[in-house]
Amino acid sequence: MNTYTLAGVRHCYEDRCVVAVEEMEVKEGEILAIVGPSGAGKSTLLRLLNFLEHPTNGRIIHEGLPVGAEVPLEVRRRVTTVFQHPVLLRRSVSSNLRFGLKLRGERPSETEIQTWLDALGLADLSDAPARTLSAGEAQRVALARALILGPSALLLDEPTANLDPYNVGLIEDMIRRINTEQTTTIVLVTHNIFQARRLADRTGLMIGGELIEVAATEKFFSSPDDHRTAAFVRGDLVY
Amino acid sequence: MDTLAEALVNALKLLRDMDPALLETVGLTLQVTGAALVIALIIGIPTGAAIGLSPGVRGAGFLIPLIYTGMGLPPVAVGLFVYLLLSNQGPLGGLDWLFTPTGMVLAQTIIAFPLVVGLTMAAVRGVDAQLPVQLRALGATRRQTALTTLVEARMGVTAAVVAAFGSIISEVGAVMLVGGNIEGRTRVLTTAIVLETRKGNFALALALGLILLALAFVANFAFYRLQVRRGGGS
Amino acid sequence: MRNRLVLLIVVALAAAACRSGSNDPDVLRLATTTSTADSGLLEALLPGFESQYNARVDVIAVGTGQALSLGEAGDADVVLVHARDREDVFVAEGHGTFRSDVMYNDFVLVGPIADPAGVLGMSLAADALNAIAAAEAPFASRGDDSGTHTKELGLWEAAGVVPDPTKIWYQSLGQGMGATLQFANETGSYTLTDRGTFLAQRATLSALDVMVGGTTIDENADPALLNPYGVIPVNPDKGGVNVHLAEQFVDWLTSVDVQRQIGEYGIGTFGQPLFYPDSEPWKNR
Repeated sequence: MNTYTLAGVRHCYEDRCVVAVEEMEVKEGEILAIVGPSGAGKSTLLRLLNFLEHPTNGRIIHEGLPVGAEVPLEVRRRVTTVFQHPVLLRRSVSSNLRFGLKLRGERPSETEIQTWLDALGLADLSDAPARTLSAGEAQRVALARALILGPSALLLDEPTANLDPYNVGLIEDMIRRINTEQTTTIVLVTHNIFQARRLADRTGLMIGGELIEVAATEKFFSSPDDHRTAAFVRGDLVY
Repeated sequence: MDTLAEALVNALKLLRDMDPALLETVGLTLQVTGAALVIALIIGIPTGAAIGLSPGVRGAGFLIPLIYTGMGLPPVAVGLFVYLLLSNQGPLGGLDWLFTPTGMVLAQTIIAFPLVVGLTMAAVRGVDAQLPVQLRALGATRRQTALTTLVEARMGVTAAVVAAFGSIISEVGAVMLVGGNIEGRTRVLTTAIVLETRKGNFALALALGLILLALAFVANFAFYRLQVRRGGGS
Repeated sequence: MRNRLVLLIVVALAAAACRSGSNDPDVLRLATTTSTADSGLLEALLPGFESQYNARVDVIAVGTGQALSLGEAGDADVVLVHARDREDVFVAEGHGTFRSDVMYNDFVLVGPIADPAGVLGMSLAADALNAIAAAEAPFASRGDDSGTHTKELGLWEAAGVVPDPTKIWYQSLGQGMGATLQFANETGSYTLTDRGTFLAQRATLSALDVMVGGTTIDENADPALLNPYGVIPVNPDKGGVNVHLAEQFVDWLTSVDVQRQIGEYGIGTFGQPLFYPDSEPWKNR
């Protein structure tokens, strides 16, 4: 069963459509990367997948069930997003980690918190005020805060943009690990084609709100069907 | 200056003797202002949060200037309005609230409400615009989003509480008109100060003023401790 | 930018300095009761004094208690009040130099038309107050240490009643005459008022009527309800007191011409005078 199936999905403001995807599939347990130039509608697509916005037209089927205007809470809570700029709460690192579960009326054990802090190299920062962290640390807290929820789908919106190579490495390792160990479906939006190549099973190109081509990552980079994909991976597509 | 020194001594004496009339006045002041503050907070904070969290709300161009105007309502004008409302000839004359503490609470609630709404709205708008989206993405309901945003905006929300409290505990225009300054029933600290001044008892009036100031300080100290504790130290 | 700011300050200071030039009128600070100010009497009289003496009169209209305190502190040059006993104490203690009679009017006891205590038509206020206390009918007291309040307390004493603000029927407001009358009108209470303020506000007091004191001062059978006003120049040893102008003001206020104006004030509007002239020069004219 697909995690997502999209058919004729459009998201428009007044006269301009920022997303116009005729069809798209996100397969269970895969890492799908969406690349494309800035303003292509990639972030809006993720917001639609996280049910933060509702498409103007079209249908989104999530785990076999069509999603209407009112998304049931338990459906919405199976998905979460890590954004490019993490917004942490003015609390300690560990209570940021607890936050999502607290919303669900659950209390994680101390060892669970500690496990996630260790996994992301945050063990010493448990009690630090979250707002005092560096950008890389903050993004790792945001990732841990999302992963502790055990989502069936994890949406990543430029998660490593502007981070140093050390932090990029830590975060990419963790993405790979949870994908293989917990079979979490991952949709990764990035403008960095090398990151897509390193992580994704399949990669898609988005331009002007449309999904131009989706292919297995190897094929996407070596022998794409569309000439625009070829131009983009060569770095010739200038916008 | 003699009057000032005398006032200080007087204030201490009044406090030491626990003058029953004074205690009654202080008690009523806290009751009326406290009740008005609680009511204004209960309806004002959710209203302010709702407006702050929906930036494109219809009619905001008119609503927000209206709230800002309300934040500067002259107490005496509110008092007059409530007086006419509650007067025998007024639409709510049947309630018999004129010259009662209940009427005073109504007037002070009207004064405090726009302050709470306006400052809560500003506080909520002051937090990172991406916060509500992030909270929703983590699975928060609308209610949880609003509550968490308010906690994040706690500095500003505390400012709303403090400003509302300060404006009503120190106002005299509305409680004088609506309460009538009846000894033992509707006399509060500010109206007592006006009265003692008019009687020429400047020292006593000043002593009452000092007590009012002390009350305000104690209350603000409590609000601040509450804010710090809710925020886990930051 | 900085120069402009300095220039602005200089101009502002110069403008302020010009205002206090030597051609400016002498200033007299008159502390008086709300009843004389609210009745409009001072507004009608004072322009005559101001032009005759090239003076400006700053009227501070407060309760009798505060008016006397202002004089005591040297914050006023002359006081015009109505609480005879306290005026005598004020002079005896050396805060004022001498007291002169100016005028009088009278107090009346007003109450709800329904008259639950049955006092309508009684000739003595003390008897009426006794009946009100016995019936525990609502009574609104000024409670502000004013001349009217002082008079009310004297009448209770004469009635042999000690009014107790903790009793529900005795309401001590600590407010001015106008506010107290409005309160009585709203709550159906009795109250003691000077006739002038009652007449001036009568249009808005539909629930009240005169119970003791009759429709004019001539019908008032209770001498205890007389309300004399006195004027006292503040003792110059307070410092900063304009005693010369204060004494000129007393001479002017008690002069036959001004006394005549006092006696005529209000006839056109209320059909009867609000104040009756009472100065020595007037009585000896």
